[in-house]
Amino acid sequence: MKLSEVQKVLDAQVVSGIEWMDREVKTVCGADLMSDVLAFAKESTLLLTGLTNIQVVRTAEMIDLVGVVFVRGKCPSLELIELAGTKNIPLLVTQHSLYESCGRLYQNDLKSCYKTGDML
Amino acid sequence: MSSGQEIILEFELKASIFDVAGEASSKTKRVLQQIGVRAEIIRRIAISAYEGEMNTIIHSCGGTMRVVIFPDRTEIIFEDQGPGIADINLAMQEGFSTAPDYVREMGFGAGMGLPNMARCTDKFDIQSEVGVGTKIMMTVFH
Repeated sequence: MKLSEVQKVLDAQVVSGIEWMDREVKTVCGADLMSDVLAFAKESTLLLTGLTNIQVVRTAEMIDLVGVVFVRGKCPSLELIELAGTKNIPLLVTQHSLYESCGRLYQNDLKSCYKTGDML
Repeated sequence: MSSGQEIILEFELKASIFDVAGEASSKTKRVLQQIGVRAEIIRRIAISAYEGEMNTIIHSCGGTMRVVIFPDRTEIIFEDQGPGIADINLAMQEGFSTAPDYVREMGFGAGMGLPNMARCTDKFDIQSEVGVGTKIMMTVFH
């Protein structure tokens, strides 16, 4: 699914990186623990999170996340938006909760980046 | 050991300075991309470097990160000035953490850092002495 479709499914606003909306999302990770994201995110993973600190962008950069969606209407700081811009990481904000957002994407056939039973 | 072809990157990591946390790993990743290392290899190096960088900034009194990029491998060495790890086996267990709440609020301190570093690297060695410091040496083959 393209990021532009994710935007529609989540009624999300694009905070930055509108030029990257045709990126393909293959799997999704919903997490506030960045170490879990680092451990289990795969190729072309989209992150849904309630965290809005700078480490979210750092994590996204390290593992080439497709983009980041902030849930429950949480707005990232200008500093975070600027850093994401320099790293080509698109940022979206949805008013839906993490649970609701994950559910909507799952219903649209996007599966978890973590397979049950995956080991470190 | 020196073949004259290696690239050496050295970074000072200050304790609890979080606004630049990740910069050293970010620079390391850029250099690896510039010299054309495969993306999946860069990913493993970046994850282990970033976890190590965060660990040093979160837990230590300050330290260094030294990256040596050879044609066939990358070595990353973290060295800090304490406080040291009392029980390394416990620290290596998934989920074990001594991180304070403010670190958890940043999305770290879940006890996944060291296991994640060991998983992403081909060689992983950790030495620590309480009151002295910790040294971690990692190698990823390209």
